[in-house]
Amino acid sequence: MKFMMIVKATTDSEAGVIPPQELIDAMQKYNEELVKAGVLLAADGLQPTSSGIRISYPEPGEKPKVTDGPFTESKELIAGYTLIEVRSREEAVEWALRMPDPHGYGQGEIELRQVYDVEDFIDNPETLEKEVTLRKQVAEQKKA
Amino acid sequence: MRFLLIVKATEFTEAGIRYGRKYTDAVNAYKKTLARAGVLLAAEELHSSSSGIRILYPSHGGDPEITAGPFLVSQELIAGYTLIDVNSEDEATKWALQMPFPKGFGAFEIEMRKLKEETESVQDPITRAMEAELEDQTNI
Amino acid sequence: MTLTQTHRTIEAIWRMESAKLIGSLTRMLRDVGVAEDLAQDALVIALEKWQEIGIPDNPGAWLMTTVKRRAIDLMRRKKLRDQKHVEIAREMDLNHEEDIDQTLDGEIGDDLLRLVFMTCHPVLSQDAKVALTLRLLCGLTTAEIARSFLVAESTIAQRVVRAKRTLRVEKVPFEVPPKGRQRKERLSAVLEVIYLMFNEGYSATSGDQYIRPLLCQEALRLGRVLSEITPHESEVHGLVALMEIQSSRLKTRVSATGEPVLLMDQNRAKWDRLLIRRGLAALKRSQTLGSTLGPYALQAAISACHAEAPTAADTNWIRIAALYEALSRATPSPIIELNRAVAISMAFGPAYGLQIVDELSAEPSLKGYHLLPSVRGDLLFKLGRCEEARKEFERAASMTRNDREKELLLNRINECEYRGTN
Repeated sequence: MKFMMIVKATTDSEAGVIPPQELIDAMQKYNEELVKAGVLLAADGLQPTSSGIRISYPEPGEKPKVTDGPFTESKELIAGYTLIEVRSREEAVEWALRMPDPHGYGQGEIELRQVYDVEDFIDNPETLEKEVTLRKQVAEQKKA
Repeated sequence: MRFLLIVKATEFTEAGIRYGRKYTDAVNAYKKTLARAGVLLAAEELHSSSSGIRILYPSHGGDPEITAGPFLVSQELIAGYTLIDVNSEDEATKWALQMPFPKGFGAFEIEMRKLKEETESVQDPITRAMEAELEDQTNI
Repeated sequence: MTLTQTHRTIEAIWRMESAKLIGSLTRMLRDVGVAEDLAQDALVIALEKWQEIGIPDNPGAWLMTTVKRRAIDLMRRKKLRDQKHVEIAREMDLNHEEDIDQTLDGEIGDDLLRLVFMTCHPVLSQDAKVALTLRLLCGLTTAEIARSFLVAESTIAQRVVRAKRTLRVEKVPFEVPPKGRQRKERLSAVLEVIYLMFNEGYSATSGDQYIRPLLCQEALRLGRVLSEITPHESEVHGLVALMEIQSSRLKTRVSATGEPVLLMDQNRAKWDRLLIRRGLAALKRSQTLGSTLGPYALQAAISACHAEAPTAADTNWIRIAALYEALSRATPSPIIELNRAVAISMAFGPAYGLQIVDELSAEPSLKGYHLLPSVRGDLLFKLGRCEEARKEFERAASMTRNDREKELLLNRINECEYRGTN
């Protein structure tokens, strides 16, 4: 099962302040541990929201509204993520706990979220039915 | 590969006569040795055939005939079996020859049979992958 | 946290650490069986202690210290009992408490490597290697292994006991084989075990779908670990690349109703792009290590051709045919030749493929092998020679005992008759 460890943005990360070498080293060591254990799938850091945009659909069916960054409410923003593949939820929690405090000064926050697998959808009888109908349609189209 | 070591019934087992403490101890020690060597899968003892039934399907069809035991010792009855998993037939024979037998109870017979394995689990994985690919590519 | 929740957390941590524990202990004690017992003891101790004092800050180091103390105790007692065991004592500086953190990095990697060379040692049967590797390096329980292979738990338990015993009796050393030909052969044995595990999960189209992916995942995880410890081995990266790319299709190769879906019919939008990207990166690493590509890297390269094609029609069959040619030279086998024939027919037309198949017909090892007439039938059918194709499919059907294969071949026979009369 896959989990995403989401590192929340901070005032520093939003300001584009490069983290202290100590933290960079600690994160690198941590990522190496993940690689050695064969659990790391991907890890990336995001640029501050000043270079991002937001596309929102305030009116369903209407054209989207595009807003340029930077955005406020930094607690809701994301500064980076690490995707891991583990055997159990407990293992994911343990890895998340081993991640160094991503910021310090009381602002560091990591959020752990499980990633949907195709099985999660297939398990659902409704989706399963949809899949079967879809396949039938495709097959009929092929014949026609 | 797996082998079944079959212990045949005798007049004594059919009459419910135990072979005695010495034999039981030897059997237990034997089982322990097998387990420690990592070859023991199962070892069971059977009640005498008086507690068994036989179901015979007549050749012309129709309902089966059910006969209650006891049956005759001359009909190749089984008193127990030990199932082992070994690396070779030689090894199986070696274990079969080490099986304890009771002294002073007449003739005693052990039969060793090889089990049919469903699939040979040992197959070179590349060949297996190539076969899968071939089937995938040609829809066969 | 509830009691069972704590229990599960501890088990998860132990499973993360168990291979490292067993590796270090085997180095100290030179007996993988005793090492595994001690590692199991550590789990029992952790379950007792941690429920009392809570989970320590560095649980991995805690477990390592605990088992090492136990190992030292064991060696002391052994030494007292038998003074001849000086050799064992020499392995370990008894007066010196090791700094765990310091020994963690390099040595643990080495220990894991030694351990996997041990569990895949040629004195063991293939079944034994797989069971022991899953047990000691992946930390699976015998019950989990048994479920994955659809055999009785006692079978696996005894297989593991027997394997450990064989290692002891044969005095298999806990070491990385010296560089050179021997190392190469032993490494390829390790890779074969990992690929066997992966294949066992990957080729399973029947049975419990949720259990068998376990084998794929464990194989992939072990492969990723190995590629990290042996970064200069091209074939290790090749195998990882192969498994990553094949895993990207794991969920599309079986339909929602459980039917196998052919590669060409799979919904490519559902292929896992992340795994493909990882696979391509691993393949690139394998290609840049300076040696000619081995069988795993070549298979990965073939798999990559499919992964990179946006639609089935875009497949670069010319490249695939060339890769099969290389694979055929790396590990000559008639089955690879058959695959090459199919690739050539896709690249240059069925007549060229048929030529190779006809040459193979004389091959004694393919006598009675149903895939030969199957492929021949398929090519003849594509050439519009339906009557000949039907005969080949009939011949193939008479050779296979597998019901599913028979059914597929019967379909092809009907197809030939239909096409033949119209």
